Amino acid sequence: MGPNPKMRKEFPDSTRSSPFPDEVLERVLSLLKSHKDRSAVSLVCKDWYNAESWSRAHVFIGNCYSVSPEIVARRFPRVKSVTLKGKPRFSDFNLVPENWGADVHPWLAVFVAKYPFLEELRLKRMAVSDESLEFLALNFPNFKVLSLLSCDGFSTDGLAAIATHCKNLTQLDIQENGIDDKSGSWLSCFPENFTSLEVLNFANLNTDVNFDALERLVSRCKSLNVLKANKSISLEHLQRLLVCAPQLIELGTGSFMPELTARQYAELENSFIQLKNLNTLSGLWEASAPYLPVLYPACTNLTFLNLSYAFLQSLELESLLCHCPHLQRLWVLDTVGDKGLEAVGSNCPLLEELRVFPADPFDEEVIHGVTEAGFLAVSYGCRRLHYVLYFCRQMTNAAVATIVQNCPDFTHFRLCIMNPGQPDYLTNEPMDEAFGAVVRTCTKLQRLSVSGLLTDLTFEYIGQYAKNLETLSVAFAGSSDRGMQCMLEGCPKLRKLEIRDCPFGNAALLSGLEKYESMRSLWMSACNVTMSGCRLLAREMPRLNVEVMKDDGSDESQADKVYVYRSVVGPRRDAPPCVLNLSGL
Amino acid sequence: MEVEKGTKMGFEETELRLGLPGNGGGGTEGGESAKKRGFSATVDLKLNLSSKEGGDDTNHEKTQTENNLLATDPAKPPAKAQVVGWPPVRSFRKNMLAVQKSSTDQGSAEKVPGGNATFVKVSMVGAPYLRKVDLKNYKSYHELSGALGELLSSFTIGNCGSHGTKDFLNESRLIDLLNGTDYVPTYEDKDGDWMLVGDVPWDMFVESCKRLRIMKGTEATGLAPRAMEKCKNRSFK
Repeated sequence: MGPNPKMRKEFPDSTRSSPFPDEVLERVLSLLKSHKDRSAVSLVCKDWYNAESWSRAHVFIGNCYSVSPEIVARRFPRVKSVTLKGKPRFSDFNLVPENWGADVHPWLAVFVAKYPFLEELRLKRMAVSDESLEFLALNFPNFKVLSLLSCDGFSTDGLAAIATHCKNLTQLDIQENGIDDKSGSWLSCFPENFTSLEVLNFANLNTDVNFDALERLVSRCKSLNVLKANKSISLEHLQRLLVCAPQLIELGTGSFMPELTARQYAELENSFIQLKNLNTLSGLWEASAPYLPVLYPACTNLTFLNLSYAFLQSLELESLLCHCPHLQRLWVLDTVGDKGLEAVGSNCPLLEELRVFPADPFDEEVIHGVTEAGFLAVSYGCRRLHYVLYFCRQMTNAAVATIVQNCPDFTHFRLCIMNPGQPDYLTNEPMDEAFGAVVRTCTKLQRLSVSGLLTDLTFEYIGQYAKNLETLSVAFAGSSDRGMQCMLEGCPKLRKLEIRDCPFGNAALLSGLEKYESMRSLWMSACNVTMSGCRLLAREMPRLNVEVMKDDGSDESQADKVYVYRSVVGPRRDAPPCVLNLSGL
Repeated sequence: MEVEKGTKMGFEETELRLGLPGNGGGGTEGGESAKKRGFSATVDLKLNLSSKEGGDDTNHEKTQTENNLLATDPAKPPAKAQVVGWPPVRSFRKNMLAVQKSSTDQGSAEKVPGGNATFVKVSMVGAPYLRKVDLKNYKSYHELSGALGELLSSFTIGNCGSHGTKDFLNESRLIDLLNGTDYVPTYEDKDGDWMLVGDVPWDMFVESCKRLRIMKGTEATGLAPRAMEKCKNRSFK
């Protein structure tokens, strides 16, 4: 336990570097939004440190266990908005036990005293209970924005508390969460005189909401510009909502199942024509070809199209994309196939981000999905592409090399060849050269996920070339400790490293001794690391928390899952029995 | 033949790869996957046969890849199912997609009399994706074949098959073909057996059909002993 290392620098009080009063400095610094800039500013001198602290309105905490709420409140007394992230990312894929931690309540308990006027809370991978949500709703009278992504532990009762008590709510954004979806009655809890809502996203809840209550809510919230409805909202309902809210900028449709009369279809078409400001469209559950044309008039200004829950085929996608010339971000299911992706390449020259999700990750009945051909086609047509998430069943080194030649500006390259350890399907060689090409060509690369059959050569390339890499995900790859060593020694900006099912052992783990304090966290599971290796790491680096989770029935000496992260508050005290804290031992 | 070699190498490569680090490789799922494996094994033999015959250009490429994939099927499913958290798709998304799929894929078991649709999946050799049909929309095999023809012509538009015609799956042609040995519609019934479409009265078919699969005639050999016999002298009612 000790102060933030950065705080240890001493600045002579006598030398005032700022020629103007604190208030002015604070005013100027309050214009800085980026927390990286603010961190830099706070290092200039003590005055600037103080001014920055007093003017910071939004604080971002990437790992809730790296710091305590008390320390945050002490340093930043006037915060209005907090973003908190909790569990390691692999908890999204069931690799972390449910009771692992990251409970938001201790934070709320401090905020109620220190930030009673808190306005915004954005949580990712935190454990949130209904009690916490009710506590939030009852104790923060100025509360405006709630965003929950990949959180769990709460139910729709918690949402009811928010709707009932948050008189100034402007945003309720419930993204993909492990929510106990008991009923849709929470939506009816918004009081009849409540009109401040600007963002309402309940697309990922399944239970039916009362449509009349929703319609009234939408009608009276004149500033509503984001509405993402769930499947219980039919097309007929949607039409009525759109009539109330033609000002929408982002729309998530409900169910798109065909069930309208000709007249209703015409009405729906008309309401889409009225959506002049729409730039984001999502939802489209159970969408089918005959009804997609109703969207076309609203697509002219679309920049983000999320079709990742719509089982569309290539022709349907192509017809839709013809009407979206300004598309910058596209999310689709691999049901669109390579042909669908050819259509993307042909119709979306401004595309910057593409995500292709697998419709059937485990179903062997599906024969293709997408292949290297689809990705290639996109790269030829969309030269501005810089973010890709691509799930496929086959890939080649040559294709990837061509793709990055076409699109050298990748900042995020996440390629998932779904069969673990699969080689280049044409040459049967490892996919080393593919990722070598990526890191060599894409000098701005910040995030990389690798897959396929990979030897240590891939990691030599990464260490040698990926100088801007911050986040790296590795699975079923590598041949020896050297692989991990290359990553740790070579990537100066590495912050998050997550590894699973790789032959990296203690030597590899310990080669990063000097590195981990400059990183947010390291995750290693199903590798060859042992308890003694972890203990050694913990002993040598007291400012790191080294946590180990063991699998049932595994060898006593094996460290099945290892999570290492820097912290200024030492080992956490809320770890469940399955999490062994090796720090401070 | 290069195709053959490629296929075999792919199969072996992947077979070796089964012993993944961290892959518990626990027991298989028992009944269902055993059944599936049995079927796949059968199909596998047939595919090898048909590729030896030099296959027509139409599905040559696709058949090759399909060979790779189907050939590895018998060994694959347990491995895939066992690896926790892979592929890295959020559980939330997986569940949502699964719910959507199952809600449109109601087998006879869940059919409400006189009520909802009876959607079944239709897959076809060489096709990149599945389609769905509502069996309740049709009153006879004849109607169904017409619909299938339309549905599946989207798979084959642009392909000049060995038949040399562009949309060779128009209604009457489909019936001709289905009566011949080129394409054989088969279905999985309530008991998990793969049967030839047309064997049983229409109503009984709708009752028991869980999903449809259009196979090449040569694949269907050995599917059911009487299949080939039926093929020769079947009248597609």
